[in-house]
Amino acid sequence: MSKKENNSNHSNNDFVEEKEYSTLNLGPTHPATHGIFQNILKMDGEIIHEAEPTVGYIHRAFEKLSERRPYNQIRPITDRLNYCSSPINNMGWDMTVEKLIACKVPKRVDYMRVIIMELARIADHLICNSVIGVDTGAMTGFLYIFQWREKIYEIYESICGARLTTNIGRIGGFEKEWSKETWDRINHFVENYPKALKEFANLLERNKIFMDRTINCGPISAEMALSYSFTGPNLRAAGVDYDVRVMNPYSSYQDFIFDVPIGQSGDTYDRFMVRQHEMWNSLEIIRQAIKNMPKDEPIKADVPDFFLPPKEEVYNNMEALIYHFKIIMGEMDVPKGEVYHCVEGGNGELGFYLVSDGGRTPFRLHYRRPCFIYYQAYPEMVKGIMLSDAIITMSSMNVIAGELDA
Amino acid sequence: MELLEKVKIAITAKFPEAIEKSELSYDFPVFYIKKEEIHQVLEFLKQDPELNFHFLTDLTGIQSEDEKQLGVIYHLHNMLLNTRIRVKTYFDINKPEIPTATDLWPAANWMERETYDFFGVRFKGHPKLKRILNVDEMDIFPLRKEFPLEDQTRDDKDDKMFGR
Repeated sequence: MSKKENNSNHSNNDFVEEKEYSTLNLGPTHPATHGIFQNILKMDGEIIHEAEPTVGYIHRAFEKLSERRPYNQIRPITDRLNYCSSPINNMGWDMTVEKLIACKVPKRVDYMRVIIMELARIADHLICNSVIGVDTGAMTGFLYIFQWREKIYEIYESICGARLTTNIGRIGGFEKEWSKETWDRINHFVENYPKALKEFANLLERNKIFMDRTINCGPISAEMALSYSFTGPNLRAAGVDYDVRVMNPYSSYQDFIFDVPIGQSGDTYDRFMVRQHEMWNSLEIIRQAIKNMPKDEPIKADVPDFFLPPKEEVYNNMEALIYHFKIIMGEMDVPKGEVYHCVEGGNGELGFYLVSDGGRTPFRLHYRRPCFIYYQAYPEMVKGIMLSDAIITMSSMNVIAGELDA
Repeated sequence: MELLEKVKIAITAKFPEAIEKSELSYDFPVFYIKKEEIHQVLEFLKQDPELNFHFLTDLTGIQSEDEKQLGVIYHLHNMLLNTRIRVKTYFDINKPEIPTATDLWPAANWMERETYDFFGVRFKGHPKLKRILNVDEMDIFPLRKEFPLEDQTRDDKDDKMFGR
């Protein structure tokens, strides 16, 4: 940290206060920013006068890559957007393609997707909220609650074999029926997680130090948030009840009863509390999904063009072999057209704008990444606040580098 | 379909020449607007109390299939009525200039920078139009179709079977 002395020369007659700002590089890698972000801060002592974010440090050209990949092979790319809740991205992509090919999936698939997406939302919010704790100096909550993220990852693992970059699900459904072990793990999670979350809430929610630290820290008004196209928990914390799950229900979300928590002032504390409540809501949704899960329905839609046939059929049946070959080589028939599909991701409206020219790969695929859009309000939000407050403002906004830079 | 007609009538009443084409694409009404009037139309869509498309969901670029035109696509959302529309405008690739939307939505700032970065669309009136995700020294616009994904000068990747 470099700090220049303020040596303004002034005479008694015309007193002109000349301020000299010092420049501070926060990032590109910095232990407090949880990802690769650079912020060039103009500091007036401890107060931020101006911030200039630089993004793009982990840009991987996803949109260009997607233009060369068959539809089935784009799902692994979406893993790497918001890697704290990759199943939501995977399923968002699958649903986009399903919309394009007008494929109707069974209710059972919808409900299974809802379970996984809500587990992913819990994992996402869990990381964000416990990291707000760490940045305010409360390490305990983070260390304590993190084993529950591990349990969620074990559930992913028992379904698809991967933990972080899941590539879970297929276009039209799931690759296979969930095992008994998976259901046991989910039931165990739903039963035992509330106790841990309650304890985590007790640690922070009404903690005087935490409240003093976060209330009125990095606030944003509803009007400002809307003009900056905020979505997700950050917008709801500012007091706008916009949730894609309610406004444009996808994957049978209209069957579930849950409420949309909103905040008032859009400060760090409100963002924290909105996420806290959403975790309870997600649990409630999972309970409803398990309870009302349709029985005796297949776990995939009837889309042989996209869904790999079972192996024993591939080896014994000509048609299955052809489909298998076509899918692996990426020679699926898709109609011409363009669709926009959005899902409520961990940190906002995650949209896929897909233009197909009928070829084997998308003609153009654009990811609407919520982080990228709302992070541009960051300089405005941290103007005039202390450096340490800027750090927790950033972590409470839940900016994920993978999604930011795509 | 109702929404498509409603918005179409509203725009045509104010700007009789602006709409080149309109269609319903899946669940989205799509409007192709002339480049000259795009800013006025967007402003009208945002400020008209009836339509009230106050939320800019997305802004991105596209290249037309014949590769001679560039396009900019706006996804607008009216959260009160929960209606969404898509507005498109196409222009010549050799003169990629279009008025900025940052004065209407501050959120357009980075999205326009991204579009400039990848397609080379110059947004007139943008406060700071420079590259955002790619390095500043880059001299191509990578999402244009004239730039293939892999470096064509490489000879260590000779994969005739799959047409690389």
